[in-house]
Amino acid sequence: MAVVSDKASMSNLQMVRRRASPAFDQGFRWAAYGSALIVLAVLTGIIGTMAYGGWPAFQKFGFGFITSSAWNVGKEQYGAWVAVSGTLTSALIALVIGVPVSIGIAVFLTQLCPPWLRHPVSTVIELLAAVPSIIYGMWGLFVFAPLFARYVQVPLSNLVEGMPILGTVLYARVPSGVGMLTAGIILAIMIIPFIASITRDILDQIPTVLRESAYGIGCTTWEVVRYVLLPQAGVSIIGAVMLGLGRALGETMAVTFVIGNANRLSLSLFDPSSTIASRIANEFNEASGMQMNALLALGCILFIVTFVVLALARLLIARVKTH
Amino acid sequence: MDTVPSDNAVTAPSLPWRRVRRSRYVADRVLKIVCTLFTILGASVLGWILLMLLVEGVGGLSLAVFTETTPGPGTEGGGIANAIVGSLILTLLGIVVATPIGVLAGTYLAEYGRTSKLATAIRFVNDILLAAPSILIGLFVYLLMVEPMGAYSGWAGGVALAIIAVPVIVRSTEDMLRLVPGSLREAGAALGAPMATVIVKISWKAARAGMVTGVILATARIAGETAPLLFTALNNSFWFSPNLMGGVSNLPVTIYQFALAPYQNWRELAWAGALIITLSILALSVAARLLLRKDKAR
Repeated sequence: MAVVSDKASMSNLQMVRRRASPAFDQGFRWAAYGSALIVLAVLTGIIGTMAYGGWPAFQKFGFGFITSSAWNVGKEQYGAWVAVSGTLTSALIALVIGVPVSIGIAVFLTQLCPPWLRHPVSTVIELLAAVPSIIYGMWGLFVFAPLFARYVQVPLSNLVEGMPILGTVLYARVPSGVGMLTAGIILAIMIIPFIASITRDILDQIPTVLRESAYGIGCTTWEVVRYVLLPQAGVSIIGAVMLGLGRALGETMAVTFVIGNANRLSLSLFDPSSTIASRIANEFNEASGMQMNALLALGCILFIVTFVVLALARLLIARVKTH
Repeated sequence: MDTVPSDNAVTAPSLPWRRVRRSRYVADRVLKIVCTLFTILGASVLGWILLMLLVEGVGGLSLAVFTETTPGPGTEGGGIANAIVGSLILTLLGIVVATPIGVLAGTYLAEYGRTSKLATAIRFVNDILLAAPSILIGLFVYLLMVEPMGAYSGWAGGVALAIIAVPVIVRSTEDMLRLVPGSLREAGAALGAPMATVIVKISWKAARAGMVTGVILATARIAGETAPLLFTALNNSFWFSPNLMGGVSNLPVTIYQFALAPYQNWRELAWAGALIITLSILALSVAARLLLRKDKAR
């Protein structure tokens, strides 16, 4: 702020005033206006091209495109169900694991952490969001998956073999470490920084007097968190979770590495599968004709789903703003 | 109790904890331990990833990595010089396109549009774009540029990256401009400066550090993006042509292709590339944070 009040910039300003033409003022306004419209145009462009490119597939297969699980390039039969259910399942697993951890981290940062540790730990968690998606994919495939196969899949498969429901859901026919559950775990790690940092900001915004009153009547930290902070933050935290969900639905590279890219429907969480994003990443460059239309139709579905989820997130999070 | 302004907070006395002291103690302890453990878990994943990159990547680092081009299938040695340079060009292209658009659009939201319907709509759209799946942006640019032009190109890659960077810059520019006190603008207007001059000479100047931080963060964001490049800049194992037409080699896609390849030297190069790209991006992110912090302290 000091910059503006020093003498140099003041005289600078006066000089500019003398020189400034109405043309610059108008031009600047139009440039700002135009740039803002570009943002709008990009979003409409994305939805427009997806719908346009996917239209032949929607037209040919109708509503059955979503419910059919066939994906046969040779026979030109395309259905979205395997990819759609894979996308939803992996994102759901990511939420089930990621949300409690994120809220735990936010509670630690705002309530338990000693002040000197707060900034470094916050930064480390936020840096998790900066690590490129492809690096998560390599970590997932080369480091996490082998350990996961050895210490979780094999023992668990032996344990549940022959059991009614568990014997299907948690049984690995080929314990390679890659599959739906691994993808969900990697996604969970990737969305934690987003949910945790927004939840932290939300908890920070709750007036201190509320917390202090609760402690004043003898509440423990658990009671303050459970009966004061979380109810106060309430809907905003759901917004943060929706934002994480939006991220998980569209994540591509990390999932492509660890989900196994299988084309069939399976009830086991340990079996390879695919998501909309991973299928597009794998097939689009070699696709032509109806396959390309089908992939664009998948993209269209993904865009609509993430749009709805992110719009909900946006409505639920009261934006952190200083007016 | 009356001083507590929320209904939610007043429910406490009706709870069973007044009678059961021990369970209160246990619940509290469990919460503290679990939260601490979760935080350690989150932080250690970052440490684990960095450790993995150092262990696998440092061995592959050599002068050749920075001087030679990517090797063909089955050939010995090689480097990723073309991919590194290609990535630098694509990232630079993306940020050069995105910065003016993002800064001007953010300025529109904070200074001109403010609470108008259009500004509210654009703010909403921008927030959606901020988290939109990057692979769909790749598809969009493919249909927009690659198909009509008939060839993959670095230009298409740059545009795809720009589309990812713009919302980041719009958001940070708007947030930072909103922190500038209105009295500064009024002072400028009182001197007779037209609005554009007030914005450029006063608002931008006061918010400069925050806006630069936004641009650096956007750079960090697009530098590691793989998905939008798959269908736009593609990749190339040679030095790309200077007019950026045809595939342009780049680090993320090279890592993607090499990491899953059956050749030992390809995999080593993928790890070396992964180490380089991650350290650069983390350094950029940390630098952006330090810049902002230094500015706040001033």
